[in-house]
Amino acid sequence: MSVRSTIASLFQEVADQQHRKLAPLSDDLKLLQSGLDSLSFALIVARLEDSLGFDPFDAVERFPVTFGDFVKLYEAPSG
Amino acid sequence: MWLWGSTLRGGRPSSGSIKSTLAVVPIAELATRSCLGQDLERLRGRCAVLLLADQLTAALALLELDGVARRVVLCTPDLAEEYVPEVIRESEADAIVGDSHTVHLSRHGIGIAVQPTATPSFEISGRRQSVDTEWVLLTSGTTGAPKLVLHTLASLTSALADATPGSDTVVWSTFYDIRRYGGLQIFLRALRAGSMVLSAQGEPVVEFIVRAGRSGVTHISGTASHWRGVLMSGAALSMAPRYIRLSGEIADQGVLDGLHAAFPTAEIEHAFASTEAGVAFEVADRKAGFPAEFLDAPVHHVDLKIEDGTLRIRSPGNALRYLGASAPAIRGPDGFVDTGDRLELNEGRYTFVGRSGGVINVGGLKVYPEEVETIINTHPWVRISRVRARRNAITGAVVTAEIVLKPDVQSSGQCPDQESLRRQIIDQCRGVLPAYKVPALIQFVESLEISAAGKLVRANA
Repeated sequence: MSVRSTIASLFQEVADQQHRKLAPLSDDLKLLQSGLDSLSFALIVARLEDSLGFDPFDAVERFPVTFGDFVKLYEAPSG
Repeated sequence: MWLWGSTLRGGRPSSGSIKSTLAVVPIAELATRSCLGQDLERLRGRCAVLLLADQLTAALALLELDGVARRVVLCTPDLAEEYVPEVIRESEADAIVGDSHTVHLSRHGIGIAVQPTATPSFEISGRRQSVDTEWVLLTSGTTGAPKLVLHTLASLTSALADATPGSDTVVWSTFYDIRRYGGLQIFLRALRAGSMVLSAQGEPVVEFIVRAGRSGVTHISGTASHWRGVLMSGAALSMAPRYIRLSGEIADQGVLDGLHAAFPTAEIEHAFASTEAGVAFEVADRKAGFPAEFLDAPVHHVDLKIEDGTLRIRSPGNALRYLGASAPAIRGPDGFVDTGDRLELNEGRYTFVGRSGGVINVGGLKVYPEEVETIINTHPWVRISRVRARRNAITGAVVTAEIVLKPDVQSSGQCPDQESLRRQIIDQCRGVLPAYKVPALIQFVESLEISAAGKLVRANA
């Protein structure tokens, strides 16, 4: 499974758990318009750290604004 | 000292205003108008519990009741109704200032229930202080029931005592509700000089930022998590604050750098404060943690020390005590309040590394592990659980749980697979706990360490 599809399925899983309606995911979708709240993103980041083994926010230079930014953080961990 | 008096300049009311999503009230209007009208005199000398959904109504009621009521109890709108009788009893309340949704709670043995109007609609001839009002703030407790923390206006404003009042062109705002300590600090600053733009419960972050920008907000505060939300919103530049304040949660270097990059000309400060200990210090160098010199150089009469690894604060900003018959002491015998925040010294700088007792701070909201463990332990297949913090880039921390299953269940073959069990336990927590208290991750373990005293060993993290 690619990093992108891992992240996409996790977005859907957390949205379901939090009883939130997830907007269709595209690179330019703003994270805050995805239907998820900050707690949902916290869960996603925690679970990604477990499945991918790292947390790119440790060395983040710019906080992600769109879904595309978010995926890029995990695809290019060196930043 | 009284709150209305603090808004006057040479006897004249401030030129500022208080603004919500629904209305703008010039502070000067309260000199001759009231939301409570004749009911204000009925509340004189009483202990009033404020149970109001609307923040603007609460702000105006506070301005009117300070100096009039003997005690005001600031309930946050998320206070569960089941805890209201306890709050009334422990605060010895004999009046409710409520709205149409809460005024019926006066059935809990309260003599007077008053409903203020949303904006000042009654004419009054003037304002008169007759008491130094006690202020009671609510903070979360181990069982979910709130703890009642007693302050005075003097203790709440002690950090402002030596500060020069800002100019009337300052427009303050905060992501917090002003009935929480962090938000109240901002409201009190705004009343000394300038105006206040209130947040609204449930308002999406982008809408709030845009509204703050349109309202000309110059000074704004929130937790590190609020600010990460701003940085991830893509709408940060809808506002142009001159001063950004972080409090209520550890400010890490990432969020400080992110804010500086987004608002290069703004002054960025992170403050350490808690409901019990008051405001201890502010750090303005945009670096996480604080310089070790702070311990030796008291500012605003705030004494700091570190004992058993945690930060202790003694200051005029300390709360007086908890209310309630069985409440513990807030201060130790030496007069210091133990904040429970553990520190580590590295190259002349202290950084926060977690809390003693395992208390978890999720985006500025406290979670006591025991409350979550109690819920998990009611699951029929759980023997024991341990809940703790896991560091998180978005909310500072999330809740995680380690669970030991009953051995007979595991060997009986009736136990569902771990994934179903994980879901069941999370669903069970979700049924009774607010979302931020529900474990983000669950790990099944063989055993948990129990101390000689028979208690779960809590790693300090």
